[in-house]
Amino acid sequence: MEKAIVLAASAIGAGLAMIAGVGPGIGQGFAAGKAAEAVGRQPEAKGAITSTMLFGCAVAESTGIYGLVVALILLFANPLIGML
Amino acid sequence: MNGPKIIFTIPLFGGIKVTESIVNMWIIMVVMVIVSIWLTRGLKVRNPSKKQLFIEKLVTMLYDMVRDVMGERYMFFAPYIGTLFLLSILGSLSSLLTLRPYTADLSVILTWTVMTFLIIQINNIKNHGVLGWLKSFTEPVAFITPLNIISEIANPISMTFRHFGNIAAGLVITSLVYGGLASLSGALLSWVPNEFLSSIPILQIGLPAILSIYFDLFTSFLQAYIICMLTMVFVQGSGE
Repeated sequence: MEKAIVLAASAIGAGLAMIAGVGPGIGQGFAAGKAAEAVGRQPEAKGAITSTMLFGCAVAESTGIYGLVVALILLFANPLIGML
Repeated sequence: MNGPKIIFTIPLFGGIKVTESIVNMWIIMVVMVIVSIWLTRGLKVRNPSKKQLFIEKLVTMLYDMVRDVMGERYMFFAPYIGTLFLLSILGSLSSLLTLRPYTADLSVILTWTVMTFLIIQINNIKNHGVLGWLKSFTEPVAFITPLNIISEIANPISMTFRHFGNIAAGLVITSLVYGGLASLSGALLSWVPNEFLSSIPILQIGLPAILSIYFDLFTSFLQAYIICMLTMVFVQGSGE
């Protein structure tokens, strides 16, 4: 019974942790929109704009990745079951 | 999804476990060494071969990138960046050959980022001296020192999780899709009387390749680029 509760709570927690994906989604969308604007204004600098945007996107992604790591730990390497 | 399998155990210090990731990395390293020896044999100054022109183009691109980001002072750093890039991208792309990508193993990436962390600190000490290095933690005001130390340690951790998380997420999602498609095609083929024919996962043909383009090709390249770029930016910043 206790194990079932812990497992269910871990699954719910993993789902809740992935709400962290909202932030990077907004941020990356904003960055991509700004990059499209920049390319529209200055098409000859497309290469530099694209690489800068990808770099910024990947850095902005890290908070979402932290949420993902928490979810992965809860799903595949759950430390809470060992505490029972 | 399971973790990497343990291939064998070295009976030292109570047993060092050698996992699939390490063995796959050895395979990639051997391939890299053999290809490098093959590519650099018979280099000529006059009328070079196509092979030589190709490899010269790649090396020039790498050196130009390092020159752009880090400046002329750090040109000796280019081979390290190139090796990091090749190890990262070949490791992630090895999932195309059904090997388990070793970049989906936290300890592999952690090794690289700890190396970067040490290089950053050593470069800082070399440029500012030990006292200058210690003093750089108390800037701009003294009471902020703990925060500076935490942010310095958070650097390699965030780099590790970024690379690991992207590749591991791709692995998890791809295996979920494969499992889902297998049971879906099992349901579709349930009217076939033959046991063998109805167990063929027919939907697995072709469909996961679309995911593979993003998760294997695009993400691998992007993460290799990002980890090299961050290494260069941080090392360059520590010498300012």
